[in-house]
Amino acid sequence: MGHEVSDQTPVSFETDPSRYRHWKLSFEGPVARLIMAVQEKEALRPGYELKLNSYDLGVDIELADAIQRLRFEHPEVRCVVVSSDREKIFCAGANIHMLASSDHGFKVNFCKLTNETRLAMEDASRHSGQRYLAALNGTCAGGGYELALACDEIVLVDDGNSAVSLPETPLLGVLPGTGGLTRLVDKRKVRRDLADLFCTVAEGVKGKRAKEWRLVDEVVPRSRFDEFIAKRAQELAKSSPARASEGIPLHPLAREIGEDRIAYEHLLLELDREGRRATLTVRGPAGDLPSDARSLRALGSAWWPLAAFRQLDDALCHLRVNEPALGLVLLKTEGDLQRMIAQDEIMFRLKEDWFVGEVLLLMARTLRRLDLTARSFFALIEPGSCFAGSLFELALAADRSYMLDDPKRPGAVALTPVNGGAFPMSHGPSRLQTRFLGEPERLGPLLRESRSYAPEEALQAGLVTVVADDIDYEEEVRLAVEERGSLSADALTGMEANLRFPGLDNCDSKIFSRLSAWQNWIFQRPNAVGEKGALTLYGKPGRPSFDPRRT
Amino acid sequence: MHLHEKIPNNVNLHEDRKLLRALEKWQPNYMKWWQEAGPAGFQADDIYLRTAVSVGSEGWAHFEYVKMPDYRWGIFLALPGKDRRIPFGDFLGNPVWQEVPGEFRNSLRRIIVTQGDTEPASVEQQRRLSSSAPSMYDCRNLFQVNVEEGRHLWAMVYLLHAHFGRDGREEAEELLERRSGDFDKPRILTTFNEPIDDWLSFFMFTMFTDRDGKYQLLALAESGFDPLSRTTRFMLTEEAHHMFVGETGIGRVVRRACELMKQDPNEDARAQGGIDLPMLQKYINFWYSASLDLFGGEISSNAADYFASGLKGRAKEERYDDHVALSGHYDLEILEEGALGHKLVPMRNAMNEVVRDAYVEDNQRGVDRWNRIIREAGIDFTLRLPSRRFNRKMGIYAGHDFDPEGKPITDVEFNARRFEWLPTESDRTHVRNLMQPVLERGKMAHWIAPPAAGINGKPVDFEYIRKA
Repeated sequence: MGHEVSDQTPVSFETDPSRYRHWKLSFEGPVARLIMAVQEKEALRPGYELKLNSYDLGVDIELADAIQRLRFEHPEVRCVVVSSDREKIFCAGANIHMLASSDHGFKVNFCKLTNETRLAMEDASRHSGQRYLAALNGTCAGGGYELALACDEIVLVDDGNSAVSLPETPLLGVLPGTGGLTRLVDKRKVRRDLADLFCTVAEGVKGKRAKEWRLVDEVVPRSRFDEFIAKRAQELAKSSPARASEGIPLHPLAREIGEDRIAYEHLLLELDREGRRATLTVRGPAGDLPSDARSLRALGSAWWPLAAFRQLDDALCHLRVNEPALGLVLLKTEGDLQRMIAQDEIMFRLKEDWFVGEVLLLMARTLRRLDLTARSFFALIEPGSCFAGSLFELALAADRSYMLDDPKRPGAVALTPVNGGAFPMSHGPSRLQTRFLGEPERLGPLLRESRSYAPEEALQAGLVTVVADDIDYEEEVRLAVEERGSLSADALTGMEANLRFPGLDNCDSKIFSRLSAWQNWIFQRPNAVGEKGALTLYGKPGRPSFDPRRT
Repeated sequence: MHLHEKIPNNVNLHEDRKLLRALEKWQPNYMKWWQEAGPAGFQADDIYLRTAVSVGSEGWAHFEYVKMPDYRWGIFLALPGKDRRIPFGDFLGNPVWQEVPGEFRNSLRRIIVTQGDTEPASVEQQRRLSSSAPSMYDCRNLFQVNVEEGRHLWAMVYLLHAHFGRDGREEAEELLERRSGDFDKPRILTTFNEPIDDWLSFFMFTMFTDRDGKYQLLALAESGFDPLSRTTRFMLTEEAHHMFVGETGIGRVVRRACELMKQDPNEDARAQGGIDLPMLQKYINFWYSASLDLFGGEISSNAADYFASGLKGRAKEERYDDHVALSGHYDLEILEEGALGHKLVPMRNAMNEVVRDAYVEDNQRGVDRWNRIIREAGIDFTLRLPSRRFNRKMGIYAGHDFDPEGKPITDVEFNARRFEWLPTESDRTHVRNLMQPVLERGKMAHWIAPPAAGINGKPVDFEYIRKA
């Protein structure tokens, strides 16, 4: 049976290249090589081996770290070649025994995190000009092919045997969990009937046909493969202008992990296991704010926006994987509202600088991670908080916000230019646009200038959900929190995911809104995980037996 | 001449327009492959070959002189069993399938392609051996093996053409495009990309590697997909000869080694220009362990799936009591933290191991016969099969070091002693240097004894090859 994740050693999301066990990262001028070299015996959890370059969360944590570091620490890199150190295998995808032995929540979370990593690759290509080239030097199945699909170009070795495949449906009774189906037809524009054929052939498609069907961009014989990749990598690197020659090192996050709290430099995560909730408090910038690009580059990863949002990102990953029972997260901020506004204005003014641009992109990814986290979020806006601009995005991302109107201690929220679109959601628009989908005329006035809103003004402007005075506030919040805790966690997950993303879909959001939802459902169905389900019986002596009834 | 007249068959080829059309396209490419990759030289000569012209006892071993390119590669299926039932797995007792079940189409195609790929591979590996044949008799045997491997390729291609539509035709073409040892288009299984450049290796290959083939065919002969079962059952009649070539070939080297030992003051066969017994042992160690790898992993979900689905059974399934194999376990010796222990593996997941057991036993009988030759010569030496853990590159023992008795050792110890256990470069050079061609009627190379009898009741000095 699936193990209870919470009973295990917590997963740490922090790593750096000196600690990688599964990837080799090397550099040749503008080209970086990211080589998958999975250590079979170094699985994150006991009970399975990572054979055939298959991956688990531990492998993906390193990949996510590498992608992030390439953007900050190696701006000179214009092309990243992804390949494997095995002669005949690129990657067999997510480890099936890991999936089969994981509980449902872990499986879904694993898919979600790996999806975010694949999206981060595409984000790096789109916004940081780091082109990804998948050099498939051998067979590439399931999640292995999905990793390739997240790259800009795919080159497959043509040795008469190496194929790309998505065998999840025929072999496992589940779906490709990291965007494979969506990217086939949306990104690569594979004809849907051919995609249908492809997705039901367990052994996949190789050689010329793989190219004809647009599953790969090139097929190249083994003897010319390395040469071809080297040449193509140089061409891709040349097609993208260099941003900077020197990077910004991402220093380790200082964390103090206690029994019921994790303290970061700018963030405090308090865990109330009995009340099944967590409080996440972000502290705004303090002291003098550096205001030119050179001095904030000198601060590097200690610069407040970068430091605080890296910490926020880590805390979100931690909550998702290590604290599945904490269903409600209370979002708070602490700090000086005016300084926060000033901080945003500096950042916005310098947004053309590559480093500042990179920080904005990281903040956007972190906020999207929050949008995509299956927890209820309530923002608590209290005196002494600094929900302005980029931190106000937390309140906009939350499912509800409660603001205390205490005449003795006046508080406010503020909008800054960054709320105008610096942090797009997965489906494209800003959180403010999404909020006012039915009243788009409100946006102009709100974004005309940086300004703050007192509680009543904020309510009138539609920026907060509930405003309560000092007599009512505490009770109001307590009731809301307790009521939330009494509702079905599953229903809430579905409800929130539906309400958070109104408007049009794009490829990224489809991966979550459709794929995740379907996968979530299929992962629970008897055909996958029942006693005779395909995932249950994978690698075991019995054959799966499918219930033929469709809904 | 119509193609169906050139292809002896018992599948009503002349009536099957679809199959004829597929073969008409494939056959010229096959001939091209045979010229490019088949036996070097001798293609214009008359060779005394056995050709199957029908599946009956009088037809499957028809001897005549024939030029190799004119050999009538045929399509033969053993006669159908009456009311044959699936003999194992989840569909036990159901009528066998005459058509491929859609659910298992891909698995079956994979099985057939993998089996098919080994057939031309060995021909390619053996391409140059005719230039160093130790006798006309042996050279003819080589060609016999080669043309039959070619026919076995036909057998698999027939299945692909007849049952797998366009995909099958494409796979059939690719069987001719891959080449043993080719960097760009290698054969599927590693062992079939290793070069075979001396006759001792050839005998070892036909003894050990072709015997793997025999056990794979035996396992496929049980298949619930009847055309595969019938095809492989007929292939088995021919395969026996290949192992005969290997076993008697090595037996003759053993006999000659004994004779040369008697002639030498130090009982050193090598000094007398022969192949000594310790070197034979090293070749056995190498080829036996490489062939064990071909059975696949000790614990295999593919094997379990194939068994469950009724696609691939155990060799001689009728010898087993439980044909469902859902309850039993296989006691597997595993290595844990440097020491050998036991692990109970669900029987279905251990099917490769079960087939490997039968294979090991079969080999031992051959080794016993070689030892009888040594004993009768009054020499104190015993050839042995090494432990199945020794020198493995696949499965649970790969990546660990064991001595030939199967005792776990360190890699330092292994590397220090590997020259005692496996052929060294100088061993190989010695063997290669002995490989001078002898093609005069009835003559034998110095390092090998003559066979006990000729082919098809002919004398040993019969003219098996008539130069054009």
